[in-house]
Amino acid sequence: MADRWRLPLLALLGLAMLAPYIWMVSASLKATDELFRASLSLLPETGTAWMENYGRVWREVPVAQYLLNGVIVCGGILAFQLLFAVPAGYALAKLRFPGREWVFGAVMLGLLVPPHVPALPLYVAFSQLGWLNSYAALIIPSTISVFAIFLFRQFFKSLPDELIQAARLDGMGEGAIVWRVALPNAWPAATAFAIFSVVAHWNDLFWPLIVLTGTDYATPALGVLHFRTEEAGDDFAALMAACTIMTAPLVLAFLFAQRRFVEGIATTGLKG
Amino acid sequence: MSEAALSGALPHRRRLGEALGGWLLSLPAALSFLLLLLLPTLAAVAMAFTDFELGLWPPAWIGLENFEEMWADRGFRQSFRNTVVYVGLVAPASVLLGLGLALLIEAGARGRAFFRAVFFLPVVSLTVAMAAAWQYLLHPTIGPLNAALRVLGVASPPAWLSSSDWVLLSLASIGVWEQAGFNMVLFMAGLTAIPRELREAASVDGVHSAFARFRLVTWPLLGPTTLFVVTITLIRSVRVFDTVAVLTRGGPNKASEVLLYTMYTEGFTFLRLGYSAAITLVFLVIVLALMLVQTRLLDRRVHYG
Amino acid sequence: MRPPDSGLHVEEAAVTLGGNPILRGVSLSVAPGEFVALLGPSGCGKTTLMRVVAGLQPPASGRVTINGRDVTRAHPAERDVAMVFQNYALYPHLTVRQNIAVPLAMRRLNGWQRAPLLGGLFSRAARAEIARDVAAIAEPLGLAHLLDRKPAQLSGGQRQRVALARAVVRRPAVFLLDEPLSNLDAALRVSTRREIVEIHRRAGAASVYVTHDQAEALTMADRIAVMQAGEILQLGTPEAIYRDPADLRVATFIGSPRINLLPAAVGEDGVLLLDGAALPLTSPARGAVTLGVRPEDWRIAPAGLPARVAHVEFLGDHELIHLEAGGAEIVMRAEPELRVARGEALHLAFDPARALLFGADGRRLPMAQREAAHV
Repeated sequence: MADRWRLPLLALLGLAMLAPYIWMVSASLKATDELFRASLSLLPETGTAWMENYGRVWREVPVAQYLLNGVIVCGGILAFQLLFAVPAGYALAKLRFPGREWVFGAVMLGLLVPPHVPALPLYVAFSQLGWLNSYAALIIPSTISVFAIFLFRQFFKSLPDELIQAARLDGMGEGAIVWRVALPNAWPAATAFAIFSVVAHWNDLFWPLIVLTGTDYATPALGVLHFRTEEAGDDFAALMAACTIMTAPLVLAFLFAQRRFVEGIATTGLKG
Repeated sequence: MSEAALSGALPHRRRLGEALGGWLLSLPAALSFLLLLLLPTLAAVAMAFTDFELGLWPPAWIGLENFEEMWADRGFRQSFRNTVVYVGLVAPASVLLGLGLALLIEAGARGRAFFRAVFFLPVVSLTVAMAAAWQYLLHPTIGPLNAALRVLGVASPPAWLSSSDWVLLSLASIGVWEQAGFNMVLFMAGLTAIPRELREAASVDGVHSAFARFRLVTWPLLGPTTLFVVTITLIRSVRVFDTVAVLTRGGPNKASEVLLYTMYTEGFTFLRLGYSAAITLVFLVIVLALMLVQTRLLDRRVHYG
Repeated sequence: MRPPDSGLHVEEAAVTLGGNPILRGVSLSVAPGEFVALLGPSGCGKTTLMRVVAGLQPPASGRVTINGRDVTRAHPAERDVAMVFQNYALYPHLTVRQNIAVPLAMRRLNGWQRAPLLGGLFSRAARAEIARDVAAIAEPLGLAHLLDRKPAQLSGGQRQRVALARAVVRRPAVFLLDEPLSNLDAALRVSTRREIVEIHRRAGAASVYVTHDQAEALTMADRIAVMQAGEILQLGTPEAIYRDPADLRVATFIGSPRINLLPAAVGEDGVLLLDGAALPLTSPARGAVTLGVRPEDWRIAPAGLPARVAHVEFLGDHELIHLEAGGAEIVMRAEPELRVARGEALHLAFDPARALLFGADGRRLPMAQREAAHV
């Protein structure tokens, strides 16, 4: 197809796709009374309104706290997921042991179950243990990712057996092989999974909404929701400012490592 | 030690060591799988047949009563119907849009990375924040969309998210906006897997128009990708929760109640965990059925290996 | 003589990709029924030239005409060309029968008639004719019993024949083959050579065959175009290319083992001097030159170039003797009965009628035999 048609069409669709972002940023720069006049101008009438909006967010919303919570939760989840899934994936791919078929069968079965299903009993258990409202409550249920086990198993299967045998001859134990031979060679799978996991848990609302009541441990998603329902009221300008701030980190990370993000999501998406 | 004994013992010890290694390495994953996935899932299934409520101990077996109640519950039937409508709107639209975008981007060389990034942006954006942005965009009085409609001469444009006639359509539009880019990326991966030579062979074989080439080569070879994208989109749409929780809370008047949101309110607002588990079970059965259909279709259509 | 408006003509075709010239104004004519091989190392532009002919690569400048029609800007579908791709490019979701029928269906049926299910109702006669043509091409290629299989169920050689059948089924004016044998094993490759030439003869098309294997080019082609760095160095019959190369690059590229090159000089009297000894050859050139002698043109003689045997390779029907002569290495092809020992000193002579002379710039120089003289 000629670029003469293709590019304008793409530009039009792209503009539609970006509309929420454009209006979000535009609204965050306007004064509240200007917003209420519902003008169709993208640029604010007063150049200083943005300071008021972002200032209000800065004063009333513990932005740094939310972002830090998000980093702790996503980082914790990812670390445990890798810690559990990488050795298991290696064992399933490269070691023969009785019961291996059962473990792999369990992985395949686990792939079928959406995370919403075990949520109820987990909630009951956490509330009985008094663990609600904590980082632990946010992190622990997601520490096991059968998808990660599956992904790493597939990837390790394609590693040549000679590599593993050479490492054994060099005197490495199986544990050392996992972290010093297998994982460094599975870097593409690891980054793809890391991106997939972080994007999923950074955006997740369902589980934090269940186990958190206050804002002390709130992730960005819950923080925005809290500000919207409890504090912003009709102040859409400040709300849009808060949304802009909270959306920015992941979007910026994406823009910096665009290819990795797209490929990561595509490879994990196609397998999961 | 004799030589024969040595050579017999070594492989045995090696095998034992390998088995031990295998067990030790899978142990952490197996334990957490058991505690965090398998047992809770089984517990959720079991709970669906009890009258379990938080604070009321012990729960009693009530058999299928939860499901009977569900069947009679107009609220649940509404929620189920809404979910079906939502999925029926979002899945076809976002699959077709994703395919169209992928074809459009792959059709030329210029602007590929740029437009791919633009359409992919919703996937990496904080859903809650973007839902709030949509709320502003669709706001009945101050929203830019209605402002634009009024300029175009529509006297009283709809209150998108607070009118029971429009709310599902509005949520579905947001759903399409969220998922189209994801589907586009999957389709693009499928498209690049089609050898360029095949499209060239089609040209030389006398295929002139882009549409005829699409019909002869691209569409059939994209078959497995399409099947996969359709399934994953259906499942992701059945799981709709965030936008409903942020924007409508099932309202107005249950016009946007969906399965997972009903499950959430029954379980965590009204604390009727048994009933909520029964809804979860319905949700699980739907998801499993979709996956089963996909596997069946995939098995039947292995046209090249 | 062929009429000027038939066959394939490429005039001054140039292609530049990413600032690098891939083709530098190449011209080539192929008559109907003629088989021309494009031979050269990878990256020489031979595949690009073929893609220009097919219409898959638009040239930056130049002209392509097929049977008198200028097709330089025409879509591949409008050129009356058929092509066999290196990886065959069979449609994996179609049966062999359907694969072969595609070029016919695309030309003889319109969009409605090709539509699934209903299309068959409007085109019974045309479809029957297509089925007849497919059967007629499948039979001689030994594909008759494979027609309902999918490409994944075929062996490499069978896929290759399906690709050939699909290409020739509609009797194209120009028949293009892009290294079609490179994915076959060695034995199959040799037997398929003849099959391809047979198909070419039956089709009567102007055929262009891209290869980097000189054995294929020499055995199959009517004429060979030797390409290097985006240019045709020489275009001629296999014998001319081998015996009468235009320059040093062609001479060294063709022939295995490689032609022996010896530093030589032409004296003021025009007599060729090798290692200071006068040869029975004269040239109008003067100064330093390079003498080329192919391995099979050497023989062991009572007097001549003194050499020492360095190594002998026995190859069954012949042997290759590696010799050292005044710092230069010489490879000689000999009968297997010839018994020489490593380290043995002997004298070499060559057939002066077959020797080649090149200037310092690599260009071929004229050379004549001195009368009544022996080496």
